[in-house]
Amino acid sequence: MKHQIKEDNGALVVALEGDVDLKTSPDARKILLDAVTRNLPMVVDLSGVLYIDSSGVASLIEAFQKARKSGHKFVLAAVSESALRVLNLARMDKVFAICPSVAEGLAKVR
Amino acid sequence: MNPNINPDHKLIEVEDLVTHYGSRMILKGVSLDVREGEIMVIMGGSGSGKSTLLRHLMALERHTSGTIRILGEDIARLGTRELVELRTNTGVAFQGGALFSSMTVGENIMLPLYEHTDLDRKTMEIMARMKLEVVSLAGFENLMPSELSGGMIKRAAMARAIVMDPKILFCDEPSAGLDPVVSSALDELILRLRDAMRMSVVVVTHELESVFKIADRVTVLDQGKILFIGTLDELRASPSERIQNLLNRRPEDADLDVDAYLTRLTGETVPGAASL
Repeated sequence: MKHQIKEDNGALVVALEGDVDLKTSPDARKILLDAVTRNLPMVVDLSGVLYIDSSGVASLIEAFQKARKSGHKFVLAAVSESALRVLNLARMDKVFAICPSVAEGLAKVR
Repeated sequence: MNPNINPDHKLIEVEDLVTHYGSRMILKGVSLDVREGEIMVIMGGSGSGKSTLLRHLMALERHTSGTIRILGEDIARLGTRELVELRTNTGVAFQGGALFSSMTVGENIMLPLYEHTDLDRKTMEIMARMKLEVVSLAGFENLMPSELSGGMIKRAAMARAIVMDPKILFCDEPSAGLDPVVSSALDELILRLRDAMRMSVVVVTHELESVFKIADRVTVLDQGKILFIGTLDELRASPSERIQNLLNRRPEDADLDVDAYLTRLTGETVPGAASL
């Protein structure tokens, strides 16, 4: 799994790429939790993630809760259909703000 | 065909499977396949071999001959490490739940994660709680199994079976002993899991209502042989008297092997007696 972190006008875009599964989600978790400590509104770009399992979703949930604690917005962007199905199963579509694109995500967190 | 099924990708392939318990032959040349995203229901009367077939598909038993390929792997050729790897991709909901009575519900559900992953404890807890949400047992993680009803235990067992997002889910009699409402909710759950996670599901059951609600295809076993494999429409239209008896819950007068019967009762064999 690869990742990229960019700062865009006072917001953070964390792009994950590849599968986020039992093997790679510990890395994803660390990346997301570290990013949250930068105390900026955050967009997680999932356009490069074809598959995310429950451990990946758990990492997103933990990071989201931490961002909420520090009072920062946290948005998922460009979520693939398969990832959406996993999110929907546990009603996470009702929990996360999900935007079709990173640009829309950025507009939402600012 | 259900849009979640990928007919070109077979996750389970069984060819000419023969199995024994001791000297008794149980499965007598069984062949079937299960496709990605498909719900295959295995039916049959008591002693038909359906539970034996399930145990072999779960790689819990060694077969006598034939081939079982799970996720493309011939399970007879797998070493211990490969079998463990395979089990991370399969989930099992046992008939009685098989929860450990000394652990909380949450610990039971996290058990496969402890055994097979190096995930952080926090991640495991969130995964377990998510799966409890999915099976409508949110907030029950700190209870002991003895504090749950029969239906709750089955749902908790299902949560444990799916905690690692398996590609294949095996369910042994998921609705046995449950009232119709709880049983129907479990069927709905199986359908939701398949639709959301595109997993293949193999269900052993004799509950006809459940069969007609969830099955994409049905395999009917009879005395260790396959009597029927096909869709629900094909099952209903089957001209087989045995299939119709099964569907209409008519008891069968099994053919009686007089020689074998007397041998069982007396413990004595009489060579050549069959011709008397």
